[in-house]
Parts: sequence; C-alpha cells; structure tokens
Amino acid sequence: MRQIEIQKLKREILVYLIKAFYSADFAEQVRLIPYDMRPKGSAVPFRCCIHKERAVLRSRTLAGLGLAIEDDNERTELSIYAAQSLQRTKNAEHPLTVLGSACQGCAESFIHITDLCQNCVAKSCINSCKFGAITATRGRAVINNAQCKKCCLCIKACPYQAIVKTIVPCENACPTGAIAKDTNGLARIDTAKCIACGHCLVVCPFGAIHNKSQLIDVLKKIKTRQKVIALIAPALLGQMPCTAGQLHSALQKIGFAQVYEVAQGAETTARVEAKDLRQRLQKGLAFMTTSCCAAYNELARKHLPEIKPFVSDTKTPLAYTAAIARRANPEAVNVFISPCLAKYPEVNQDSNVDHILTFEEIGALLVALNIEPAELPEENFAHVSAREARGFPLSGGVAKSVLAAWDGAPQEVTPAFINGLNKASLAELRAYAKQGRCARGNLLEIMCCLGGCANGPAVLNTEKAATAQIEKYASEAESLQSLR
Amino acid sequence: MRPIEVEICLGTTCFVMGASALQNLQLPESLRAKVKISYVRCLHLCKNMDKFRKAPYARIDGEVIDEAAPEKIIQNITQKIKDIAHATN
Repeated sequence: MRQIEIQKLKREILVYLIKAFYSADFAEQVRLIPYDMRPKGSAVPFRCCIHKERAVLRSRTLAGLGLAIEDDNERTELSIYAAQSLQRTKNAEHPLTVLGSACQGCAESFIHITDLCQNCVAKSCINSCKFGAITATRGRAVINNAQCKKCCLCIKACPYQAIVKTIVPCENACPTGAIAKDTNGLARIDTAKCIACGHCLVVCPFGAIHNKSQLIDVLKKIKTRQKVIALIAPALLGQMPCTAGQLHSALQKIGFAQVYEVAQGAETTARVEAKDLRQRLQKGLAFMTTSCCAAYNELARKHLPEIKPFVSDTKTPLAYTAAIARRANPEAVNVFISPCLAKYPEVNQDSNVDHILTFEEIGALLVALNIEPAELPEENFAHVSAREARGFPLSGGVAKSVLAAWDGAPQEVTPAFINGLNKASLAELRAYAKQGRCARGNLLEIMCCLGGCANGPAVLNTEKAATAQIEKYASEAESLQSLR
Repeated sequence: MRPIEVEICLGTTCFVMGASALQNLQLPESLRAKVKISYVRCLHLCKNMDKFRKAPYARIDGEVIDEAAPEKIIQNITQKIKDIAHATN
C-alpha cells in the first residue's frame, strides 16, 4: 500500500516547480515555493511549526531541482540553487537523496520489552539471551540496549509475545543493506551498495527519500525548442485513465516532438533473449535469467557477480528503442519516461538516452499544464507494438514474451519467476548462482518490484488498476508469434 | 429509498493527487445497497490557482468533498443516510 499523503506532498512540490519554470521569474518563484505552500497563518499539518514546515519543503524542492539534499549548505537561497540547476549540463550519478530533517523523526531499530511482560517464573527471555542483556528489575524484564546484539532470541522465547523489535522501514525494505541510520540517527545511502531499486523511497513514512529530478533539464530543452523525444516505458500505458492514443497526444502537448513506445524495443529483447536461451541450453547451461530489470542488473554488478554467467546478454527494451530513435533523429534529445529509479544509472551509461523522467514527474506536468488526456484526440504510434511487448512490465510478462519468440517446442522452456526482490529472494538467487542450476526452471524472469514495473517506485496508478489497464491494452494487439 | 450518489473525479489533477486509490473504493457491507458510485471526468474544481492542492475531489449528492479519501467519503455517506432517515421519521 502506497503512502498517499507523502506522494501527494512530493507531487505538489513538482507542480509548483513546473509552474515556476513557466513563470516570468523562475528563480524567484522557486524561492517562494515553501511560502506559497505554507502561507502566513496557514495550518501546520506535519511539523512542530510553520518554519520547520517551510524548511522541510525547501529541502524537498532541492530534490525537485535535481540536487542532492545532503550537499545543501542551508545558507544558499532556493533562487540561487534554481539558477544553478538551469546551468548544469551533466546528470547526477546516483538517483537518490535523503532529507535529514525528515529522517530524524524515526527511531533506530531496537528490541523493546513491552508492558505485556508478566514477570513470569520461567524467565525464558533472560535464559535465552546469550549476552546477558536482560535482567529482572522491579517486577519485570528489562533490556539493556547497549549489551543487546539484536539476535531476537528473546522475542522467540517469550511465551507472552511481550517482546518486539522496532524496525526502521527503509533498512527493512532495502534488499542489499545499502541504507542504514548512522550514529546521528540519519539514514545514509551507501552508493557502492545501492542498486537504486527505490524500495526505501516507497516505504519511508516520513517521505525522507527523494529522487533527484531531471525535470528542469528536460523542460529547459523543450523551452529552447530542441527536438525532445519521449521513450515511454510500457508500464506508462497503465498509469492514467485514458487510452494509449490520448496519452500520446498528452505527451505532445507537454512538448515532446515524438513519442516512441519502449515496447517496440521489447519485441527485439524477446527475440534476442529467446535465441540466447536456445544457445545456452545447447551449450549445456542449466538456466538463464532475464536481463531487462535495471535494479537486477545493478544487483548482479554490485552484489552477485557469481550470477553474471547466467544473465542473458540481451540488451534492455530501452537500449533497443533508444538506438532506433537516435538513428532516426540523431540531433534529438531522448528522454526515457520511467516507473523505475534504477534506470538512472542505465540511462547514464547509454549514450542514446539523455535524460530520465519518472511517471510521477509526467503526472505533475499534466497537472501543472492543465492537460486532460481523456479529453484529447487519439494519436497513433508510428510502430504498433506486439501483445507480449505491451505486457512486459507485468510479472510473468517477460517470460511470456520469450516463449512467444521461442521457435522450438514450448515445453523446452520452463519459466520461473522472482517476483519482487527482498532479502529472501536475494538469498535464493545467490544459491542458484552457486549451484549453477535453478530447480524451478530454465528461464528465470527477475523483477525487483512485486508485480513488475507497473508497481515501480515512481508510478501513479495502483498496481491492480495499472495491471488491468496494461492487460487490456496488450489484448488489443497482435501476438509476437503471428508477427514473427 | 433512492441511492446516495457518489461521483469520484478521475480528472488529471484528482487522479495524480490520490484518486487513483479511490478507483476500487470498497464500501462497508451495510452501505453498499444504498450508494451508487460513478467515476467521472474532470469536475473542474481544481483549475483555479492553488485549488489543485485540495484534490482529489468527489461529489456526494451534489455536495463537493475535497481531499477525498475513503474514510472521509464513507463518513459523509453515513451522515447523509442518517439525515435522510431523520427527515423521514
């Protein structure tokens, strides 16, 4: 379940930012965002006072400008930062940034013996603790957190379930242990470990984790009349209550000169991946994993080098689509429209893609520019994408595509799925790599987000509604099999 | 008794600001038979100045509800049903 209040707050800031961009004085209007959002005498919904509300909003605006909140010296006016962001020519290396003052509200993880302690005779908790951290004091068990190693044996031992471990949501959600609270109680992201899956951003109840937006960079290029092309991830077709053709029109209204469905490249991915699987099985390899999930590719690079021999060499749908777009329009600026933050590093490494915007940022653009997609005429795509390619962003969709492109007997391929990366599925992957085989099947589809890209960290729609919409859109197209 | 009419706006602003989560609004069993939910295109309540911040909007028997969330909608419906019952007694 997404945290609507936080999504709304972040999107509001983006809307203000876009309105400021199209105003007569961008820098000054950006400086005023915290005051426009919390004018004199307004209610204080979240923080201790209006000043802190504004300070936090100021920091959030920095992320909207594409800056790292950690680098803020707290002395520079937003107007100066806004002017600077207009000048930059390079994309940030890492997509995520943490807002310290929002993060502080959340306590470190610790073991807590609650009032439910009955001071029982068995003293199971005390006996279970190998570190002598629990003692019976004034009629109940008390834990010394300095001695506690958080092994959680006492939690299992207590017959009353009176002991709990408080969790830090971001640490808990991170599959790779890349985010942790430091000694000051502030979450820090270790960029060497982070795979940019964005799970921390989705779960943080304080909304402390932001992506560094490239909105300003893209809008600047649209405004200066450069030819800007949108490459839309297939998941975008399930994000707004409108048809694909209307969404196409809406993107043109935003200012994109042309729109490519990345599903076009997904067709190539499916075909190449089917061939790759054929060759690997002939060579006697036991299994192959898909290669289109950006967070998984980061995972393999940073944490699981042992799985690399099993990862398909096939390029991602984005890579194929961007190459097509670049060939047709070498002078244009290519912008990937993404449900996912792990695509930031991929975009940085691919010379055919210049920028990335999230679905949320597209949503904010539609709001700021008063665009109602459902009231717009249908605009067809130059390429009509295949059914399976349209279904790529759903869990199971990539495997289905490979099967549709498979030229042998269908029973030769046994698909298996990692639907959502977490600590447990990561351990599972590690075991497959170590054993050199996967008991569940020979084609292992990996999607780091539960349900697939349609449930990525930067989506607008609910998973259920998005999935239904994408399935409907897919069903309207010809199968890759008949197009072969 | 005529059903309470709930119109939920799925215009751009409302959708982006939270109405996406109202698409499969589950009402308590006791209310279901008494309510008719419809999803509508932009109600044009969001277009002036900072009004977008009060989205998502809904309309319940003609009354505009801002910052519509499931609890708020259910509360309003329950109140309306009570009021109607009171008036007919």
